[in-house]
Amino acid sequence: MGTTISVNLKIWRQRGPKEKGQFVNYHLDNVSTGSSFLEMLDMLNQQLVEQGEEPVVFDNDCREGICGMCSLYINGHPHGPVQGITTCQLHMRKFNDGDTITIEPWRSAAFPVIRDLMVDRNAFDKIQQAGGYVSFNCGGAQDANNLPISKEVADVAMDSATCIGCGACVAACKNGSAMLFVSAKVSQFALLPQGQVERARRARAMVRRMDELGFGNCTNTGACAAECPKNVPLSNIARLNREFIKAKIAD
Amino acid sequence: MYQMISDDNPYETPMMIFPASHYTMGGIWVDYELQTSIKGLFAIGECNFSDHGANRLGASALMQGLADGYFVLPYTMQNYLSDQIKVQHPGIDAPEFDKAEADVRARIEKLMNIKGTKSPDEIHKRLGHVMWNLVGMGRTLQSLVKALDELEDVKKEFYTDLRIVGSADDLNTELEKALRLEDFLVMAKMMAIDALHRNESCGAHFREEYQTADGEAARNDKDYMYVSCWKYTGDNEKPVLLKEPLKYEAIKVQTRNYKS
Repeated sequence: MGTTISVNLKIWRQRGPKEKGQFVNYHLDNVSTGSSFLEMLDMLNQQLVEQGEEPVVFDNDCREGICGMCSLYINGHPHGPVQGITTCQLHMRKFNDGDTITIEPWRSAAFPVIRDLMVDRNAFDKIQQAGGYVSFNCGGAQDANNLPISKEVADVAMDSATCIGCGACVAACKNGSAMLFVSAKVSQFALLPQGQVERARRARAMVRRMDELGFGNCTNTGACAAECPKNVPLSNIARLNREFIKAKIAD
Repeated sequence: MYQMISDDNPYETPMMIFPASHYTMGGIWVDYELQTSIKGLFAIGECNFSDHGANRLGASALMQGLADGYFVLPYTMQNYLSDQIKVQHPGIDAPEFDKAEADVRARIEKLMNIKGTKSPDEIHKRLGHVMWNLVGMGRTLQSLVKALDELEDVKKEFYTDLRIVGSADDLNTELEKALRLEDFLVMAKMMAIDALHRNESCGAHFREEYQTADGEAARNDKDYMYVSCWKYTGDNEKPVLLKEPLKYEAIKVQTRNYKS
């Protein structure tokens, strides 16, 4: 703590979805190693504003790794070089004095750039709207022992439900596939009682919507799970395939 | 998690712990059906004031989000919706729409035209310091009076020295920050007025002059057993206090303390 570093930044700037973008180089001094990556960008923006230049646009909200808004491709990794965290949880102490840091937006046909580092992730909302919910009234709360759910099942369902929908899986995938996201959303319901009624319909509808929106196919590379800030396991994709095939056979 | 944030291993170095305000208490006034004072506008989750008293604890936001969305709204919203089918709704060519649009445009133009020297972040930080230092976890009569004074200065700085780079016809995050900050200024003043009004310590509101001999919150149930609802009457007007008395029939109101 208390130490500062200087960094060179190579940041993707793009005025609008249809306009041509380019990398712009910036230099920033006196960056506290205890500050977060987004605080470093705030510093840069303050510096730009003081010079009368337009700040770098980037998405962010909660800054505690829950909301899934921050979406930066840092030095070739979604959410930066450290595993299992979001960009806002990345600290500048992970970088060295004099480093050049390359910052890009998510790159995927389904996530068009709005401006600079901000992309439109509406496609995920559309997939969710296709089936990522329980729409029937399941009545009042049951007595605790009426619906036993084993610890193993509860754990796996929870592991899928930790997906924050940030889109790192799509950005990391060479095919731009959303399979890890969709499989996590399908799994969290398929494993629990509330999800049973709409189980087959959900798998069909969400996969269909995912395909319509221009996401690529899955080739089981596993980059998604390796880069996922919430460590959502790859086994979800196997479960989604099983759910989808079962639903199709039932048709 | 601690190690990730602080870079210290808590098994080796003692954890650094610092008190901080976790939540802002209160929220938008709603009725029992979670409808706000604007008919047809519902406020659910932690943005409303309904479920929490003078204090709220960890995970209570989650509780309220679930309770309002799962157990309340599905049974109350239809009371409003049921007769809406008969109501003629105005189209976007109604004069009210034009007025609303003109108001927003005027508000944006006013901020864009200040052309001062301070970024929204700089003024926001200053506002934050006033609130943290003077309307923070421990507040006093003097600090709150001083805060109201300083908030006027911050407001003045905002309206005379704000600088928004870029244009209003574009995606402009600086403009977005400025518009939010303008709302925070109203809210901050509201909080200071409310804290000044309540001459007792209660829940998270700790007025240093109202404490027991051993430093616990000293409540004054005789004079302050009510919810303070403040009615907005305009940016430069004083909000009007509406009291909602708290009447408990099934329980006896007590003091929670961890010592006994």
